[in-house]
Order: sequence, then structure tokens, then C-alpha cells
Amino acid sequence: MLFTKFLYHFGRYVMLMRSAFSRPERFNMYYKETLRQMNDIGIGSLVIVGLIAIFIGAVTAVQFSFQLDGTLVPRYYIGYIIRDSTIIELAPTITCLVLAGKVGSNIAAEIGGMRQKEHIDAMEIMGVNTSAYLVMPKVIASLFVIPMLVAIAAFVSVVGGYLASVPTGLLSSSEYVLGVRSFFNDRNLTLMFVKAVVFAYLLTSVSAYQGYYVRGGSIELGRASTNAVVFSDILILLFDYLIAVVFT
Amino acid sequence: MIHTENLFKSFDSNQVLKGITVEFQKGKTNLIIGRSGSGKTVLMKLLVGLLQPTAGKVWYDNTDFFSIGKRELRELRMKVGMLFQGSALFDSMSVEANVRFPLDMFTHMTAKEKLDRVNYCLDRVSLNGVNSKYPSETSGGMQKRVGIARAIVLEPEYLFCDEPNSGLDPKTAIVIDELIRSITLENNITTIINTHDMNSVMEIGENIVLLHQGAIAWNGSKSEVLTSDNEILQDFIFASPFLQRLRKAAIDSGHLE
Repeated sequence: MLFTKFLYHFGRYVMLMRSAFSRPERFNMYYKETLRQMNDIGIGSLVIVGLIAIFIGAVTAVQFSFQLDGTLVPRYYIGYIIRDSTIIELAPTITCLVLAGKVGSNIAAEIGGMRQKEHIDAMEIMGVNTSAYLVMPKVIASLFVIPMLVAIAAFVSVVGGYLASVPTGLLSSSEYVLGVRSFFNDRNLTLMFVKAVVFAYLLTSVSAYQGYYVRGGSIELGRASTNAVVFSDILILLFDYLIAVVFT
Repeated sequence: MIHTENLFKSFDSNQVLKGITVEFQKGKTNLIIGRSGSGKTVLMKLLVGLLQPTAGKVWYDNTDFFSIGKRELRELRMKVGMLFQGSALFDSMSVEANVRFPLDMFTHMTAKEKLDRVNYCLDRVSLNGVNSKYPSETSGGMQKRVGIARAIVLEPEYLFCDEPNSGLDPKTAIVIDELIRSITLENNITTIINTHDMNSVMEIGENIVLLHQGAIAWNGSKSEVLTSDNEILQDFIFASPFLQRLRKAAIDSGHLE
């Protein structure tokens, strides 16, 4: 029963995506919509992403400073640990989990609301490919913008680590900077961007799917919005693991 | 002209439409009437392609709607305008942007040409100077008129109206009815209206189709409504005791044969 349900939703999701990535009726309209989505997803999420990232860096700094206290591991390793843990895991994963909550639920609610108010029917009757017009710009916008947000989150997180460790005397500024500049492997950056792109696609497409096929009233819309976040989060964590396996 | 051929629609074991064969004529206001649950909305959704029939065909002139390719379907859809029950105006867009949307999406008109066309359509529905307002800033009647303006902006050959008078006061409802009728006559288009508003039936019902339990119970014009002895029609039209008494009085006084 569960497997049949999974196959049904997976098949419908694949069909939606196939229809979503078809030739636009009017390129200019899709371009404008993509820019609007970039603004909504990117600029609209900057504050929350920055806020979370700064605390991730700060908490990591304090925790590792405590863990390494009294060991033979050099203190500057704290900077190195913050940088790599942020780039490899915390920035892409935590940022995208947060964005699944903010952007994903918003996408599901927006498209689901349009479905319920017959906006989608109105567009269909006009001849608009609604799956393309409503889904493609959101996915493309997120594929561009979310990796940028993740990169900003990684940078802010490192700054957060600095602010939590240097002014409080956990380690000196030169130690922290030395740590941040040590053992740099650019492969980790590739890993971060691969994760960001995959997670961005997952959270927008899954949320759009949840909204596009919503039926019923406000309870169903709320459920679709919740499902968008829950399924996006589960898939992000699953693919986080798979990418880690593939890249190591 | 639009006509259907033995149209069936079922949802699981529930058969909603049972072999509808009907013709909706060009240049006339065609009304689909019937009680709630009679299958009006399902028929309307089948006619515009929002639902697929279980069996049967829908013809737009000589085109079989459900057997044409994607490209032809898109071209055909550009000839279709629809006014929704709730108007279905895009909340985040101004009135002007709502009406302009089909032009932006499907035409190569210049900005000036689009604005002229939008203003013409808004003027046609007596809505001047509301271009910059948002749907939430307008009344129900105005929203319906914006919906009509959007529906006619691409000069459709087929106009569908789903419950155009729902939620409107009788006077505004008559204005909307008259507007739909005059647009139909002016442009010689096929207009199909789904309604259970009796004023509409008697004002603009040139070709009326009464649905009852998923089948056609009666088909005729407004002039035939009063004189028909079809029981289902009479039960539907003269549902209230007041109207029944009025009809009886008219018959008794010789006004109705």
C-alpha cells in the first residue's frame, strides 16, 4: 500500500517536472517571473540565513573550544574545524533545511492557494502551461540563488566563529585566522556547491509538487505546506548522506 | 458552435454525466441550468477541458477537442475566454496587469498596443480609471467585470461563464447579464453560461439546457420556459410557493396558455 502510494506520487512528480521543463510560451514572462522569484527567495531569505549562520559558527567555536580544552590539539584547529564543518556540512544542510521551512512552505502555499482560487484553471484555459509557468521559474531561481545563500552562510558562519572565540579570549585573532587558512582543500567547496544545488532543486520542486496538486480547502492547504517542509527535509538529509558517500 | 456527443463522466463509481448530446449555438447566450449536484459544473469543466470525459466527444466547430495535439490545443485555447464564479483574478496583480496577462503571454503587441487593448476592454465593461487598483480594492461586481474584460481581451470565439451572478445583488446581476449578451451579439461568439439564477434564465436564455441527475431534462428558449409542461423544468423554475402562485395566477388570467 505504502509502496503503491510512493510510486503514484513519484510518477506524478516526474510527469510534473517533465511538463515544467518545456518550452516557455513567452520567454520574457518567464524571465521576469524568475527574477521575481530570485528576489523573493534570495533577498527575502538573507536575514534569516545570516542570523542562523552566525550562531552556527559561534556555537561550533564555543563547543570545540570546550572539547579541545586540555588536549594536545593546537588551539588554532578551532578555526580549521569551523571552516570545514561549515563548508562541508553545516552551511549547505542547515541553510537548506531552514529554507525548506521558509521558501518551501511559501511555494506550496502560493501554488496551492492559486489552485484553490481557480487561478491555475484560469491560466490553463487561457492556454498557459501552468506547470511550466509556476514551477520552472521557482526551480531555476533557487538553483541560482540558494548556492549563493549557502556561500554567504559559510562565510558568515566563519565570522560568527571569530566573534564568539576571539573577543571572549578563547583564542587569539591570529590563531583563528591561521586555523581558517590551514589545510584548505578546494574539493570541499565543490562538495558544498553540489549539495546546495541538489538541495535547492529538491526543496523547490517537492514544495511545488505539494502545492500544485492540493485539493480541498484550507486544512488541505496547510497539510500540503507541512508536507512540503517534511518531505523536503527528509530528502535533503537523504541526499546529504548519498552525496557524502559518493564524494568520499 | 460547440456541441457534445454522448458525453459521459464518472468519478469512481459515481456517474455524474450520463450521455449528454447537446448543441451550443454561435451568436447566442446558451445557458446550462439545473439544481445543485445536477452536473452543470462538471459539464462546464469538460467543455473547457479541465476534466477528461469518461466517454464521448466535445466538438469546437469541426475540431474534436480531446483528440487534438498539444500545439493545436494551445491555439484553440487562445480562442476561449472564461469568467469564473470567483472571478479568479490574480491577487498580486493590478486590474490592468490582470487584463493584460493573456496579451503578455500570447501576443507580440507593443506596450502601447497592449495598453490600448486593455483600456478598450475595461471601457467595454464600464470600468474606466481602475487600472491601478488591485482586485481586493474592488467590489464583487467590479471583479466580475474585470474577469469579463480579461476573458475577452484576446477576442475569443467561445466565452464560458461559470455562475456569473453568484454573490451579486439583482441589479448588478442584470448589468452583468446584459454585458455578456451584448458582447455575444457584438462579436458573434458562442457563449455558454452555467447558472441557476432565474433572472438570467428569463433575461438572456436564448438556448437553455436543463440538467437533471446528469442527463438533459429539457432544452429550449426562455419564451418556451413558461409554457412548457415539463415537470422537472417547472419544479426547478417555480421552486418557491410564491412563484408557483404567480404562475397559476398568470395561467388563470389567460396570460399563459
